[in-house]
Amino acid sequence: MAEEVKVFGVWGSPFSCRVKIALKIKGIEYEYIEEDLQNKSSLLLKYNPVHKKIPVLLHNGKPIVESLLIIEYIDETWKDNPLLPQDPHERAQARFWAKFVDEKCLPSLWKACWAEEVERETAMGEAWKNLELFERELEGKRFFGGEAIGLVDIAAIRIAFWINVAQEAIGVEILNKEKFFILWNWIDELLGCSIIKENLPPREKLSAYYRTRAAAAKGSK
Amino acid sequence: MGDKVVLLDVWASPFGMRVRIALAEKGIKYEYKEEDLGKKSPLLLEMNPVHKKIPVLIHNGKPICESLSIVQYIDEVWRDKSPFLPSDPYQIAHARFWADFVDKKIYDSGRKIWLTKGQEQEAAKKDFLECLKLLEGELGDKPYFGGDCFGYVDVAVVPFYSGFYAYETCGNFSMEKECPKLVAWGKRCLQKESVAKSLPDQQKIYDFVLQLKKRLGIE
Repeated sequence: MAEEVKVFGVWGSPFSCRVKIALKIKGIEYEYIEEDLQNKSSLLLKYNPVHKKIPVLLHNGKPIVESLLIIEYIDETWKDNPLLPQDPHERAQARFWAKFVDEKCLPSLWKACWAEEVERETAMGEAWKNLELFERELEGKRFFGGEAIGLVDIAAIRIAFWINVAQEAIGVEILNKEKFFILWNWIDELLGCSIIKENLPPREKLSAYYRTRAAAAKGSK
Repeated sequence: MGDKVVLLDVWASPFGMRVRIALAEKGIKYEYKEEDLGKKSPLLLEMNPVHKKIPVLIHNGKPICESLSIVQYIDEVWRDKSPFLPSDPYQIAHARFWADFVDKKIYDSGRKIWLTKGQEQEAAKKDFLECLKLLEGELGDKPYFGGDCFGYVDVAVVPFYSGFYAYETCGNFSMEKECPKLVAWGKRCLQKESVAKSLPDQQKIYDFVLQLKKRLGIE
């Protein structure tokens, strides 16, 4: 039976990027629909009435929302190239660290990126604490998923690309290359994979977006 | 094979209650350890060094943290008895969505109803009730969120039922009036032994909230 797979996303969103990467790893063809968040389509509102957010995965007409839940759905529906481990304890660990990326790591990284001079040191300290904890999880592995890209790697694309591009555009260095050389090795490995590279937003376009935001923030002081 | 199962918990935590219910549903014997959050045990700090929070399930020495993750873990390990999650991936995603919704939306606004006053409390109340009504919509006319059987979303939501008296009294509204279906559902769940023995009495939670407000200097 022909599968109908659609993804509603936004070009610069790491969350819709996660879904595209997961589908590509599984070799699933899909139709991508770009949403305008200032003018959400009636389809988006129909498929995600509770949160009204992207990404939405539509599989044979049925919507699935929340990027990490979508990845688990993709993993459970298409069994090739597993994204989560089989062992229940290891699965729990993968879920834990994916959640840590979204709930602890990224908020502290963004806070440090955008912090005013006076708050920067404290914000940086907090961000570094979280990065240290996260980096430790690599434990000499090529990826957080082991030999192959897994849920945590896909979740942490936010760090590997978005924070990476933002800090360069804003002119801060949170992801310090000397301090976090292990994490940078992983970033280089991850961004070197064609499946990742081909599904990231254009670097220059994202960088321009952050430069504009940084200029606006300076201008409003 | 002998399984050693330990739960680090706090009696009033709705997150801990989820795990107690899940363990009881599966008939798993375990050792319960009450934590003092003002003086966390070395075991808790060792088993959850990242967040230092309860609940933590320790299964044969290995820790699992975060209540929804623990419930899924329990369901995956002891899969033959009373499964919480369905087998169809779409229905699994649907169940995970609603459990995630509760965590994102209900806990914080509920807590604000207890611990704030005036405009902040009114805003929290509006938020809280809107979310509960969405939950009611999801429940519909089913006996449980899981359909005919008590399932994952029921485990995720039912601990908040023990807070209903505290919410309505602090917030000055009636749960029965605002969310009659949820109240009926809560009573139905309480008829299950696993829920009845895992949920503290609503009055006990209310007394706990009053003590918390006193400690924090909130009238």
